[in-house]
Amino acid sequence: MSPLTSLLIRGATLPDGTATDLLVDHGVIAERGSGLSQTGSTVIDAAGLQALPGLVDLHTHLREPGFEQSETVLSGSRAAAAGGFTAVHAMANTSPVADTAGVVEQVASLGEQHGYTTVRPVGAVTVGLAGERLSEIGAMAQSRAAVRVFSDDGRCVSDALLMRRALEYVKTFGGVIAQHSQEPRLTEGAQMNEGALSSELGLAGWPAVAEEAIIARDVLLAQHVGARLHVCHLSTAGSVEVIRWAKARGIRVTAEVAPHHLLLDEQLVAGYDARFKVNPPLRRSEDVLALRAALAEGVIDIVATDHAPHPIETKECAWQEASFGMVGLETALSVVQAAVVDSGQMSWADVARVLSGKPAEIGRLSGYDAPFTVGAPANVTLVDPGARRVFGVELLRGKSVNTPYLGRELPGRVVATVHRGVPTVLDGELRTPEEVANHVE
Amino acid sequence: MRHLLSVRDLDRGAAVGILDLAEDMADVATRAVPRLPTLRGRTVANLFFEDSTRTRLSFEAAAKRLSADVITFSAKGSSVSKGESLKDTAQTIAAMGIDAVVLRHPASGAARVLADGQWIDAAVINAGDGMHEHPTQGLLDAFTMRKAVHGTASRGTGLDGLRVTIVGDILHSRVARSNIWLLKTLGASVHLVGPETLLPAGVGAWPVTSGTDLDDALAGKPDVVMMLRVQGERMHAAYFPNEREYSRQWGLDDARLARLAPDTMVMHPGPMNRGLEISSAAADSARSLVLDQVANGVSIRMAVLYLVLSGSEGRGAV
Repeated sequence: MSPLTSLLIRGATLPDGTATDLLVDHGVIAERGSGLSQTGSTVIDAAGLQALPGLVDLHTHLREPGFEQSETVLSGSRAAAAGGFTAVHAMANTSPVADTAGVVEQVASLGEQHGYTTVRPVGAVTVGLAGERLSEIGAMAQSRAAVRVFSDDGRCVSDALLMRRALEYVKTFGGVIAQHSQEPRLTEGAQMNEGALSSELGLAGWPAVAEEAIIARDVLLAQHVGARLHVCHLSTAGSVEVIRWAKARGIRVTAEVAPHHLLLDEQLVAGYDARFKVNPPLRRSEDVLALRAALAEGVIDIVATDHAPHPIETKECAWQEASFGMVGLETALSVVQAAVVDSGQMSWADVARVLSGKPAEIGRLSGYDAPFTVGAPANVTLVDPGARRVFGVELLRGKSVNTPYLGRELPGRVVATVHRGVPTVLDGELRTPEEVANHVE
Repeated sequence: MRHLLSVRDLDRGAAVGILDLAEDMADVATRAVPRLPTLRGRTVANLFFEDSTRTRLSFEAAAKRLSADVITFSAKGSSVSKGESLKDTAQTIAAMGIDAVVLRHPASGAARVLADGQWIDAAVINAGDGMHEHPTQGLLDAFTMRKAVHGTASRGTGLDGLRVTIVGDILHSRVARSNIWLLKTLGASVHLVGPETLLPAGVGAWPVTSGTDLDDALAGKPDVVMMLRVQGERMHAAYFPNEREYSRQWGLDDARLARLAPDTMVMHPGPMNRGLEISSAAADSARSLVLDQVANGVSIRMAVLYLVLSGSEGRGAV
């Protein structure tokens, strides 16, 4: 298939529930309607499939440069495409840290070259993520990578003055600070959610207040300086209440939740299986329910994967020696379907909002504001919501296998992903790097 | 019994069974040659990723009294300090052909991970994992209490109605956890005393009562007062202001000792900080069972080794 070959998607159900054909040509939606035809097009029979705008992840760890044994831009891009994502935001905790224009441009161009997904680098807020001096935010914003999201993710910008300055400074470039909200002193050595279970298991607790206190401080700082704040992977019912309060006061804050926090709770820690070790930790079942409700209600704006690949030896060990994190790109959509769609709390239109439109808006990523309209970039994901499968490592497409969903039945299956008009997944299978990379203009 | 990872895996029958078997093992110690041929040809590996002289010696003595071979591995100066993982160390030792691993590890759940990991097929005995559990300590404490209450008529009995007060750093104590669950299983009631900072989060959900006032607790005339070791580094992490204040509020000093009923049992898992959580007079008083605890530890560990090894075919004995 040459880059100029068109693609005809027949009979897809759009998020609003209507069914239509879509003709994709030259990377954009060329026509929309019923009974479309085009000689020479590749045809995808999408009858019974749910069409979604290409998914956008605001929180991905691609590990390159520096940790290529866990993931690379290529392997992570493939995992993203397999999960229905057409854009990911690559977190800054690489080695070297993404705190200069050089590193972010390198990461962005690797993504561009591979073609599976748009890779938008996230810039570090502070040099080396050390929490001491601001990194070259302006240089990264004005680089070819055009960075708009800045985060020390993995570490909290805990110094209140530095956080204030960062919030103010990124306003200059239309950026946003994505905060990993974790009061460091309250979480020294923390291993799991603090409560009766952590006490019983003898694991140092990660109290909810360590997240909530930082969010409360940050929304007040954002209000004080009139800046935009994004809260990463919010995990507690109390955090939801702080965000609700802040939004009611008109503070410009957005919040994300990770898929695993919508489905899994702390009881899974009881067997000390480090696949369930993640930061922030799995919380109580009450928190899981509160997060689902807040997402449905719009208090939480988006779902972001916090895809965090780790080599197997950092999970095959005693709990407190294991790394924090789970891979999540391949499973995110299925987990969201299981947690809030199949339960009737959210529609597919809501899913399109929390996994595509809104994250693109927060990241200032263009091309996602009017999906499925003629002329819009053709970023499309086709899902079979009726599929059910027992999840196994053979369904992962990245380099690492640290998933908490092994052996769990999950609904839904990504049948096709189209990135800027180029199919990256067809018939549920990734296309080869050659097929995809050839399409990059 | 395949492994001993947590006292919570023991129902009352199993727990009483171990205590009864330990009675038989204790009788062996009184013989002219205190040794049984039972585990001849079996190999027990003591894997100690954390220093613990008394527990290690107790397991060694127990294995030797049952005629097992013992390999001891201590982390200090070994490959572990060079970053070798639990998995690699365990597999290395297992490749030498061992039947049981006695594991002491600073990480909570390490014994469970080793047993569930399918890296080795040896039996795993938890000799203390982080802040989680120390099952043989819980068993030897229960054995000691039962012996003190029932004497030679101990066999078959539990600890029904016994009132046990555990004092000190409950938060970081694996000994407290193993005692709490096992004592409950055996019918005793448990009261925890310590500063709020050292009582675990969510303790209200545990099957115990708890409080902060030691004098109040002692006024309730408990049958057993178990003092826990307090580690000096705790005060640097702001759990309490200093040793003097701790000792004044939660130490078993001479004045508190004098107020105890004559038959109150005073226990301590050791090693003791004399003058901090327990005065010398209390540690050495007639009420103190500290040395009985040590002696009974060997009997309990003999019983546990016997139970996990007697059901399996010997791997070391080819």
